[in-house]
Amino acid sequence: MNKNKEQLLNKRYKAEKRFRLFGQSAIFMALLFLTIFIFKIFSTGYSAFQKTWLIVPVNFDAELMMLDENPTKQDIEDADYYEIALQSMWNLDLNANEDQQNQLKRMVSYFFEREIKQELLKDPNLLGKTKEVYLTASDDLDQVFKGNYPRDLPEDQRRVSDYQLKNFDQLVANGKVESKFNISFFTNADSREAELAGIASSFMGSIFSILVCLMIAFPVAVLAAIYLEEFAPKNRFTDFIEVNINNLAAVPSIVFGLLGLGVLLALFQLPRSTPLVGGITLSLMTLPTIIIAARASLKAVPPSIREAALAMGASRMQTTMHHTVPLSMPGTLSGTIIGLAQALGETAPLILIGMVAFVNTIPGSPMDPAASLPVQIYIWAESAERGFVEKVSACIMVLLGFLIIMNLFAQIIRHKFEKKWS
Amino acid sequence: MKKIKAKDVDVFYGKKQALFNISLDIEENQVTALIGPSGCGKSTFLRCLNRMNDVIDICSVKGEILINDFNINDKSCDVVRLREKIGMVFQKPNPFPKTLYENVSYGPTIHGIAQSKQEMDEIVETSLKKAALWEEVKDRLHEPGTGLSGGQQQRLCIARAISVRPEVILMDEPCSALDPIATAQIEELIDELKKEHTIIIVTHSMAQAARVSQNTGFFHLGQLIEHGSTDKIFKNPDNKKTQDYITGRFG
Repeated sequence: MNKNKEQLLNKRYKAEKRFRLFGQSAIFMALLFLTIFIFKIFSTGYSAFQKTWLIVPVNFDAELMMLDENPTKQDIEDADYYEIALQSMWNLDLNANEDQQNQLKRMVSYFFEREIKQELLKDPNLLGKTKEVYLTASDDLDQVFKGNYPRDLPEDQRRVSDYQLKNFDQLVANGKVESKFNISFFTNADSREAELAGIASSFMGSIFSILVCLMIAFPVAVLAAIYLEEFAPKNRFTDFIEVNINNLAAVPSIVFGLLGLGVLLALFQLPRSTPLVGGITLSLMTLPTIIIAARASLKAVPPSIREAALAMGASRMQTTMHHTVPLSMPGTLSGTIIGLAQALGETAPLILIGMVAFVNTIPGSPMDPAASLPVQIYIWAESAERGFVEKVSACIMVLLGFLIIMNLFAQIIRHKFEKKWS
Repeated sequence: MKKIKAKDVDVFYGKKQALFNISLDIEENQVTALIGPSGCGKSTFLRCLNRMNDVIDICSVKGEILINDFNINDKSCDVVRLREKIGMVFQKPNPFPKTLYENVSYGPTIHGIAQSKQEMDEIVETSLKKAALWEEVKDRLHEPGTGLSGGQQQRLCIARAISVRPEVILMDEPCSALDPIATAQIEELIDELKKEHTIIIVTHSMAQAARVSQNTGFFHLGQLIEHGSTDKIFKNPDNKKTQDYITGRFG
């Protein structure tokens, strides 16, 4: 009898130990995957925040630029920079043949003459003189400099020729290649040229979409939640509505995308590819999330507070507006932010309503075409150039940073404004 | 003088009947205690008097309750006005999670009683004084009411209830969550308050009923078994059930 009892006890302890072990290994696995994921993203992405520049002497030859003496600012603005830009690249190898000259030109970005123009606009006194100018290296050389490019491939499988590599190495040896913080990644819109592509357009697109989404989803959801929780009679019909709101929260986002496509674009003829349409589509998706969060936090307000207010002679409306709603706000707001964070990472519905289009302008309003961060990741991940690989990871880092900030904000709101009641 | 006259009050929760045919008169400016075992319907009856049962969807009340000879179950009765005249203190202290000042000034604000800030300050002060809380909290009126001790919170709730000068104060086991010292303070307060208000108190403690009330009603299984002066109920009840309950044989 006693022995039996001891065995039973041992068994119970063992079961508990086993359970703990399972739990710990589950957490370990989760952390491991997360670490691998983050490590992978950071190790591929961090180099995108650096940009490689070639320092090339440029002769601002007025004649080549078709400028007269004492040009006005407008003249400088309208001058032809292509010739001097070409010249300065060709000067790297004075013996180059035509084909090699072409290759020299392709060592810098496609818009290198604009960088030269900017330099002269900054300081018009340079006219007729020679100055070393920072030119954006081509995306392939950028990758070479960052060590991401396999130089040992046979030449015909490389986008960088031996001749370009030779000249590039010469520049490196002379200290004429520099790596600097990549500001243009944050200020440029998307581009077909990897070295020029930036996230400004998609970042603004995301911000506008989220703002539109917030302005539509928040008031509608909060009003719906307040009505359902505080005013609506409890009957079959409201039960039915509740079930459907919960179902709505589980609908795959691509379905909302189809809805946006069919209703907003086809029926209402709203402008395609704009954050306005994206925001409205996302708000449909966020609506049930906020309603559920708001109802949960309204439910969490102790009934004694409602009774206290009612017994003081407050009307139902006053009870709700003076007491219940303010007390539920922290929960509602953090639910809203989490819903918005979800919407921020949504890709499928935005692709359907056309926010996947190539946009090389930065949107100034929700009515301008734009991409969004997750869609930008998708677009770049599809691109063939090596230069986009690191951009994908960098864009993911920006998106993750954005999400972390939003979640942090939700936590702060919850902690700061949550009132304790006895 | 009869302040409240209840006539044949029936209360139903859905199909279940909770109160049967209650007829009870409440004397003005006296304390009436309602006693009885748990689930006997005494709180339900109390909540009929300020129509708090309206909040519960499935609850329906039948019969007449006359307050100042006006039937509060009549359609023409406005609950907001009614609850201004009939204050309530609950079992668990339930101050609003706002400052002490806001707690007490809430009633006067929504009913538009005070004309100026000064007048409001006076109302808050007199209410807190009457609730015997002023001396303890006068320096921290703008701190949250939830930071007080349990007994202080309950006195704050009483101050809140009397801030609109109600004619009747309903108390639903106001001391059940409090320690003996806080209970004694509240009981003293009840004695003081009956000068200006009619008080109905639901209590589980027979001793408390004996100490604070002038009249007592005994409820059992949804029926009012007996009511009369507290003296008579405790010393010489007519009904055997009352006798058994009071001597602690059941309940």
